[in-house]
Amino acid sequence: MLNVGKIEEGFVIDHIAAGKSMQIYDHLGLGKLDCSVAIIKNARSVKMGKKDIIKVECPIDTLNLDILPILDRNININVIKDGEIVEKRHLALPREIKNVLKCRNPRCISSIEQGLTHVFYLADEENEIYRCRYCEEKFSESD
Amino acid sequence: MEHLMNPLDLSVEEMDKMFDLATDIEHNPEKYRHICDGKRIATCFYEPSTRTRLSFESAMLNLGGQVIGFPDGGVSSAAKGESVADTIRVVSCFADICAMRHPKEGAPYVAAEHSSIPVINAGDGGHQHPTQTLTDLLTIRSMQGRLDNFTIGVCGDLKFGRTTHSLVNALARYEGVKFIFISPPELRIPDYITEMLETKGIEFSEVIRLEDRISELDVLYMTRVQRERFFNEDDYVRLKDFYILTTEKLKSAKESMLILHPLPRVNEIAVDVDSDPRAAYFKQVQYGVYVRMALILTLLGLAPEV
Ligand SMILES: [Zn+2]
Repeated sequence: MLNVGKIEEGFVIDHIAAGKSMQIYDHLGLGKLDCSVAIIKNARSVKMGKKDIIKVECPIDTLNLDILPILDRNININVIKDGEIVEKRHLALPREIKNVLKCRNPRCISSIEQGLTHVFYLADEENEIYRCRYCEEKFSESD
Repeated sequence: MEHLMNPLDLSVEEMDKMFDLATDIEHNPEKYRHICDGKRIATCFYEPSTRTRLSFESAMLNLGGQVIGFPDGGVSSAAKGESVADTIRVVSCFADICAMRHPKEGAPYVAAEHSSIPVINAGDGGHQHPTQTLTDLLTIRSMQGRLDNFTIGVCGDLKFGRTTHSLVNALARYEGVKFIFISPPELRIPDYITEMLETKGIEFSEVIRLEDRISELDVLYMTRVQRERFFNEDDYVRLKDFYILTTEKLKSAKESMLILHPLPRVNEIAVDVDSDPRAAYFKQVQYGVYVRMALILTLLGLAPEV
């Protein structure tokens, strides 16, 4: 496998569906961060055949990963500190997501109210449906 | 309960308690005449809805309270771009309770989050209008004597009509309520509602012509079918008369059937139906005041045991 240097502090986001890493890069706003990011596309995986991996070198409290389980439930996150895996983060769907997703309903108050916290709540765990706290519109990735 | 945003924020028990209070208010108005002395309601209406605003104001005045507010948008600082959060912080200093109407969905929820006084959603865009639902239920309960075991026909634009969606959701919590949805095919009740009814094992059917099923109904809830909602003019011309209630169609209806309408009516109920004893839509307005009185008392913590 392509070798990317070990990181001292940050995250290894593993088992991303092959080809989805750029989408995750965008959703996490990694382009805006002043830190090293390695994207490994189409890595070989025993379990998945092919997979993507993202490695981010950053202080671990600076990156909000809440959105990941919504994008892909199979993702694994290893939290790295001092060059060691200190935590394998379990991706439970968060009950509430703040300031990550934006409501796309143009009739929603969140489209005009200044300083509003954008909040989505888990409305249906089985079907992984999140709804806007304000207008109750479903969040969907596609549109 | 601190605020009222959505009719289903209230459990069936809480609703029944509210209706008991409203009924006591109806029968003993003098008992409540000074219960809100010194209290103020702010009616913050970012869009015109004179009927709803007057209903809230009348409710507060009947309780001995006072009314302040900015009527129907337009002139206030809100119109100049002040946030809902700032508006409610300011209004909280002037009033004890607020009824807010806003064209944007969820605006009253934003207000409630920043408010130190109870906020009532008086309609937020196409989203929720809980006091309309409470009004509809109180009217049925008071005039029919119960909210369970009856058949309701919901007629008109069932696709965009939020009042009908809330009504169905609220009535689906009672035993033995059967629904007959009467609408043009393009204005059918949304799937999420029929799916909810199926999941709960509640009987319902969908028809195109009111005449076909009017004889089965205990309650007929009429709403307006707007011309611009139709896909084409031919369909409008062909179907429009199915959704207009006339004395002729009423001949096959039960003697006891209640006719409800959220108002304003345009032409979907012929004017000569007004004198039929089954017409309940103006009484519905009166029940709207009683239920808002009960709601204000409950939210202010002033509701007596009844
Ligand atoms: Zn929204």
